[in-house]
Amino acid sequence: MIATAYAIPDVLVFLTSALLILVGAVGVLAMRNPVHSALSLIMALFGVAVAFVAQSADFLAAVQIIVYAGAIVVLFLFVIMFLGVDRTETVRVEPLVGQRVFAGAGVLVTVAGLITLFARSHWVTGAIAVSSSGQPLSTGSANVTQLGTAVFTTYLFAFEATAALLIVAVVGAVLLARRERAVDAEGSQS
Amino acid sequence: MTSWLASVDPLFAHGVTWAVVIIVIAKVFVGFAALMVSVMLMIWFERKAISDMQSRIGPQRWGPFGILQTLADGVKLFFKEDLLPAEADRFTFKLAPYLVLIPALITFSIVPIGGTVVIAGHPVLLQVANPPIGILLMLAMSGISVYGVILAGWSSGSKYPLMSAVRASAQMISYEAALGMTIVTVVLATGSLSTHDIVMAQSHGIWHWNLIRLGIVPFVVFLIAITAELNRPPFDVVEAESELVGGFHTEYASLRFALFFLAEFMNTITMSAIIVTLFLGGPAGWVPNIPHVRWVFPILWFLIKTVGFAFGYIWFRAALPRLRYDQLMNLGWKRLIPLSLGWMLIVAGFLIRPSWGFLMAALVILAWTVLTRAYTLGQGREESIDSILPTVGERPLPGRVLRAWTDREKD
Repeated sequence: MIATAYAIPDVLVFLTSALLILVGAVGVLAMRNPVHSALSLIMALFGVAVAFVAQSADFLAAVQIIVYAGAIVVLFLFVIMFLGVDRTETVRVEPLVGQRVFAGAGVLVTVAGLITLFARSHWVTGAIAVSSSGQPLSTGSANVTQLGTAVFTTYLFAFEATAALLIVAVVGAVLLARRERAVDAEGSQS
Repeated sequence: MTSWLASVDPLFAHGVTWAVVIIVIAKVFVGFAALMVSVMLMIWFERKAISDMQSRIGPQRWGPFGILQTLADGVKLFFKEDLLPAEADRFTFKLAPYLVLIPALITFSIVPIGGTVVIAGHPVLLQVANPPIGILLMLAMSGISVYGVILAGWSSGSKYPLMSAVRASAQMISYEAALGMTIVTVVLATGSLSTHDIVMAQSHGIWHWNLIRLGIVPFVVFLIAITAELNRPPFDVVEAESELVGGFHTEYASLRFALFFLAEFMNTITMSAIIVTLFLGGPAGWVPNIPHVRWVFPILWFLIKTVGFAFGYIWFRAALPRLRYDQLMNLGWKRLIPLSLGWMLIVAGFLIRPSWGFLMAALVILAWTVLTRAYTLGQGREESIDSILPTVGERPLPGRVLRAWTDREKD
């Protein structure tokens, strides 16, 4: 049934993006070097962008790359470089004894929960096939118009709340991280 | 499927046939070749112009006026030994040049070089691609090219390249904000993201160019921000020779160094072209009514404008001293970002209704006054100890605050 519903190019694109995402995601965990992990993360984000393009959500793909790959992972790398990277960082030492068991249990519960949700609830995955049921995204530049209208009318409150949250987070981070130079000078005097 | 493609490019209006495929491949090849040749000429032009400004002769041995110097340098670099530092992270070290080069190539594909021509019955846009996300592609690609610089610096396993990489990441991210804001202004006025539409909206004469229509401010901000994004002088703290040896590509040799060099000049050309596209109407200009060669004139106009900006970059390099790192950050965060944000709000207001525009202008002026007051207060707090404001972040002990006050009395 599935084979008849999808064209071969679509399947190929989907497989490519899925492979990019999965290899990238596993790489984030498996790489020894934090910088290599960050690189794998970029690969996974690119895979997501490809998936967006395949669903004709071009604008989301662009934003995905500009915001996540272009800004957030750069900040990760910035921090990794500033703190200095221990190339042979060992993960054999457990700072929290017995955390691995709990982590494993947590992963199991999450994955099981997700699978159950995917299987049972329609609202998680959306329509099974966009072409058969549900409204397809409009293509071309109408796509951006559609998204913009949705964000600034239907979801305006959520949008503004997110903006406020981000501003608060930034100001809070600056407040916590900032050191007063004048007081430093005094501290060294006394 | 076909209708979607037609909305992207009129070339696909009658479906994808063999002729269309050949035209698309030809466009890609011509675009690539044109970019490569222009990079060759740009490097020669920069060296020659700088030499003239510094009363030197410059390249003169290869070809007339030394025009083949770049080719000779390319051949030399090609045959040099490919060094890999012992401390280098091998994979990342090899990957980094391509992360700079490929975005530089992709960005050029969205630049409209001319109008529309008809080849074999198909209307063809004279640009390699016209994606619906248009100018956002440029932002995305400049986001990716940051990685090339950062990873090149880090993977060299050497101190100065690493410092350069840290500077580069901070600088490029900071200026991307101002860059994005000015692009939003242009996009608001046009009502479309596509570069073709942006150019078409400016094609009705010089008063419709975004340079004038949006006021000069977005253009100036964009020019400064893009120069910083390119790491070109006066914003070249990334490869400041007097401080960092050679910047992030100190450890690179041979062909990999050539790739960095290529990408840098390619970006200079592409960004000149992007400025022309966004603010100077791209290929817009006076077209004389001569049959059969009408399509040549838009290309000529585009070339003249782009070369003008390329020369501007060379002139910057010869005339302006390098900014210090903190000056660079102050300019980016405290001047350009508020300025571009405020101007964007004013333009958005005027686009709805003039009264809204004036209201926005009043609000922006109010915000500007508050911000200036905050800066002066903050400046005083950084420089002297007599601050009325309590300390932020450190939470000093009560005794220490008291001591600070009494010490001040003694002075």
